[in-house]
Amino acid sequence: MGLTGIFLILFLVVHVGLNACIFATIFNEDDHGQMFNKAAHFMGSNWVPRLLEIGLFVGIFLHIIQGLMLEFQNRGKRSVKYEVSFGNRGSKWYSRSMGLLGTILLIFFIIHWKQFWIPSRFTGVEETTIDGKQMHDLFSLMKETFAEPWVVIVYVLACISLAYHLLHGFQSAFRTIGVRNNRYLKLVNGLGVGFSIIVPLLFALMPVSMYFGWVN
Amino acid sequence: MEHYTMNLKLKVWRQKNAKSSGGFESYDVSNISSEMSFLEMFDVLNERLIREGKEPIAFDHDCREGICGMCSMYINGKAHGPWQGTTTCQLHMRAFKDGDTIVVEPWRANAFPVIKDLMVDRTAFDRIIQAGGYISVNTGNAVDANAIPIEKDKADSSFAAAACIGCGACVAACKNSSAMLFVSAKVSHLALLPQGAPERKTRVLDMIAQMDKEGFGSCTNTGACEAVCPKEISLTNIARLNGEYLTAGLTVDK
Repeated sequence: MGLTGIFLILFLVVHVGLNACIFATIFNEDDHGQMFNKAAHFMGSNWVPRLLEIGLFVGIFLHIIQGLMLEFQNRGKRSVKYEVSFGNRGSKWYSRSMGLLGTILLIFFIIHWKQFWIPSRFTGVEETTIDGKQMHDLFSLMKETFAEPWVVIVYVLACISLAYHLLHGFQSAFRTIGVRNNRYLKLVNGLGVGFSIIVPLLFALMPVSMYFGWVN
Repeated sequence: MEHYTMNLKLKVWRQKNAKSSGGFESYDVSNISSEMSFLEMFDVLNERLIREGKEPIAFDHDCREGICGMCSMYINGKAHGPWQGTTTCQLHMRAFKDGDTIVVEPWRANAFPVIKDLMVDRTAFDRIIQAGGYISVNTGNAVDANAIPIEKDKADSSFAAAACIGCGACVAACKNSSAMLFVSAKVSHLALLPQGAPERKTRVLDMIAQMDKEGFGSCTNTGACEAVCPKEISLTNIARLNGEYLTAGLTVDK
């Protein structure tokens, strides 16, 4: 669980980094999403990211299977429940709700894959020519998809789930692999809180800024 | 602290034996001194029940000074009651006010089946200890206490882990009924000392295997165990256990 979690955290860095290329349009009026399209084209055409993509799906699949097994096996360990529950006095609600947060994320991923990954890999996306090269115009697909308010709301909710999932998951993953040195634990915890806020916030800003036309 | 007496309503789990289903029963207790311990309050109630010809409430207790790990009540939704770092026997009635309703339940975990009323079977912990909580020593005269040098920090951490009294509050509080804080305390206690070195790898593997066999859940690092531990065993021990387990799993010879 911890190892696949750390692997997926690393993937998020790549994903958020590449997607953040859409913000290039804010700083350069002539960009028109070209930087993002070029980055996406590199990821789709180069064999290294394609190979890593297989690893990513293995990782995410393992994380889901491990998570579901953990949740259901653990649920079966207390047949008679308490009359008065311990509640939030000893642990955070999001630490106890990783299964729920993960399930929300899984449902979101299915929507997300259907909207972007499947068209880009299988069913086809409109093409554009940048620097004489033909490539998918994913930037336009994003603009089109995020014109719908319900899609933006779903994405923002998923980002909130991701933030809380990471808030527990980041530090928990490191505990699972045995990190306990006080100095590093403080670093990991601090890094975890920062990561859990910054990455989901950047992700959430993407549909929001497209919807409000901040990115064009 | 000012002394006062109180009248309370107790809602206690009653269960005839391991096979019966059990349920809550309410009792009114009056004139309880704020200086009584929680278990003394139960003694008062039990004496009354005996006088009335009723079955007294069965509960575990032994030393009543917070070191044996026998008392095990889940009071108002918290293992060992409202005070931090305190066992049920060391919890005093001044933690409550006149007119309070107190709900008392046994530890709830399938690995800790109820024997009767508030008593649970915690022999699973004994079997985990038997699986690896020992060290190899030469027989003969006891070795001089200072014959083996031990780094002060390690000795302190080991001592802090050894403070675990095996009461099972960690299991009771954990949403997964996991025994990881207990096992991590026992493994850490010995792994930090040179005396624990001969069985260091097999100990952690065997104790975790036994823990799984006993039907405890898996740890998800929520921290509820640390919050209720009467001996304030740190969650750091769980990270150490994970590290020990990973290293042992990868490098053990058998």
